Amino acid sequence: MSATDTPASLTAPASPDAAQRSPWGEVLHSLLRSGTFLTGLFILLFWVVCALFGQYFVPYDPLASDIINALSPPAADHWFGTDQLGRDVFSRVIVGSRDILTVAPLATILATIAGTALGLVIGYFRGIVDDIVSRVLEAFMAIPVVIIALLAIVALGTSKVTVIVVIGLSFAPIIARTVRSAVLAERELDYVAAAKLRHEGALHTMFVEILPNVIPPILVETTVRLGYAIFAVATLSFMGFGIQPPSPDWGLSISSNYGMIGGGFWWTVLFDALAIASLVIGVNLVADGVHGAFND
Amino acid sequence: MVFLGGQVLPGNVGRAILGPFADQRAVDALNHSLGVDRPLLVQYGSWIWNFLHGDMGTSYVFRAPVAPFVIDALGNSMKLALVAFVLVVPIGILGGVIAALNFNRPLDRIISLGGLSVTVLPEFVTGIILILIFGVWLRWLPIAAAWPKGAGFFTQLYYLILPSLPLFLVLFGYIARMARSGMIEALDSDYTRTAVLKGLPWRTVIWRHVLRNALLPTITVIATQTGYLIGGLVVIETLFRYQGIGSLIFTAARGKDFPMLEAGILTIGIVYAVATLVADFLYSVLNPRIRLGAEQ
Repeated sequence: MSATDTPASLTAPASPDAAQRSPWGEVLHSLLRSGTFLTGLFILLFWVVCALFGQYFVPYDPLASDIINALSPPAADHWFGTDQLGRDVFSRVIVGSRDILTVAPLATILATIAGTALGLVIGYFRGIVDDIVSRVLEAFMAIPVVIIALLAIVALGTSKVTVIVVIGLSFAPIIARTVRSAVLAERELDYVAAAKLRHEGALHTMFVEILPNVIPPILVETTVRLGYAIFAVATLSFMGFGIQPPSPDWGLSISSNYGMIGGGFWWTVLFDALAIASLVIGVNLVADGVHGAFND
Repeated sequence: MVFLGGQVLPGNVGRAILGPFADQRAVDALNHSLGVDRPLLVQYGSWIWNFLHGDMGTSYVFRAPVAPFVIDALGNSMKLALVAFVLVVPIGILGGVIAALNFNRPLDRIISLGGLSVTVLPEFVTGIILILIFGVWLRWLPIAAAWPKGAGFFTQLYYLILPSLPLFLVLFGYIARMARSGMIEALDSDYTRTAVLKGLPWRTVIWRHVLRNALLPTITVIATQTGYLIGGLVVIETLFRYQGIGSLIFTAARGKDFPMLEAGILTIGIVYAVATLVADFLYSVLNPRIRLGAEQ
């Protein structure tokens, strides 16, 4: 039975033996049947491929300027037109996914690691540690990310690393809060009591016993945060922080070209804006699918 | 905290203003005249003392008191935020209510999904797309929020519509979603069933029983969005070249004008605190349970 279980469940999704799949198989299964998730994944993968290999298939060098053909509208030789330095907008949009798709995921990973550790500690120990840390986190969450970023960047200088750290640390409290409430429910269960009776250390109980059981909410929160991280990175690079010229980054391109849209040069900003929009919506669709798969 | 961030980390203020090539003696003299060579606690004490007395300090860049700039900018931002709020609160609630009354029908899907998609997009992306549509292609609305001097109320309003739309879109999703889930919960409750079974007309049930209970959580959400709104203002005011508190903070941060930066951020901190207080007050006025609890 167990040998035929996997193929049977793949060919007949609604088969009654679904209950025999492992919980993770169940999640994967409902993910692959979710239209939202697959659409989002497709958009996300498209941009990942562009980020990784875009430079090998774009028609022009995204950084090469050609002043004579500057600001020419979309045509056969430049599909999306050229910008004020005569650079090919199509090539820049394709390659422009690279920086944001490095900075935003790194920031999210930092936020997840820091937030999970913090959430485990305050959820496990509760009491005064929880009270103090939770108040501090709430205060931190009340300040908009843009403001924190402005201050940090003024203080520490602008660089991709600053942006990663700022976004990572401003999102960590939100993840910590999610992890904390999951841990609060887990710590009352028998397996935690058993671990305590075995005289396992607090660290062992937190990271070896509890952590694997709170992975689902962490995963959901991480995918949601990735969407916000892309939002934040794009906004900051539009404001001129973090990713620096001559990178073909979308936010940066918009900020250097939007001053001229009054002159009707719409193609210099529209495609970058649509690229950001598609990436953000794609990631949010993925997050929505993951959320749905774990909460069915 | 803001004070520390602005004052301690950036190092040499005089150097930052005069540039890397200035004579060291000139830098020292400027530092002394600005008072930034005094011990930190002394600086902090005098800063708080002066702020409480209405003296927000002197701008490093403009060499003039900060207060008039901040007050002017705050007024402008309030106008912008007000236009956005006046538009979004009724329309957002209406959208949520309509979605809930059409639960799981196509109209609900359109409102929920549409609201969610525009909410996750960065403001400058929706801003750029709106500028292109209404400002560049249709030429209905001005693309910069700079009205002629001495313009009347309606002219100002006309210039503020386009900048307020991106804020509207982001907030619409949140407010509509809260109103929708509140409505669905209220429609599902025992008191609604009782009211219907008493034979009250559907319209009365909705107005008197459902709406009142459904909108309570929405009010809290609107208040917490003030924090977001402030972050959004920084971006929107930069995009539309609007002289508000957001662009003031942004310009101050870029120009390392710390007194201006600190005064601006402290001001929005106060605005945020007041908004939260007003929301708590409104909530208790509208919720008889809390009101009675306080009187007992």
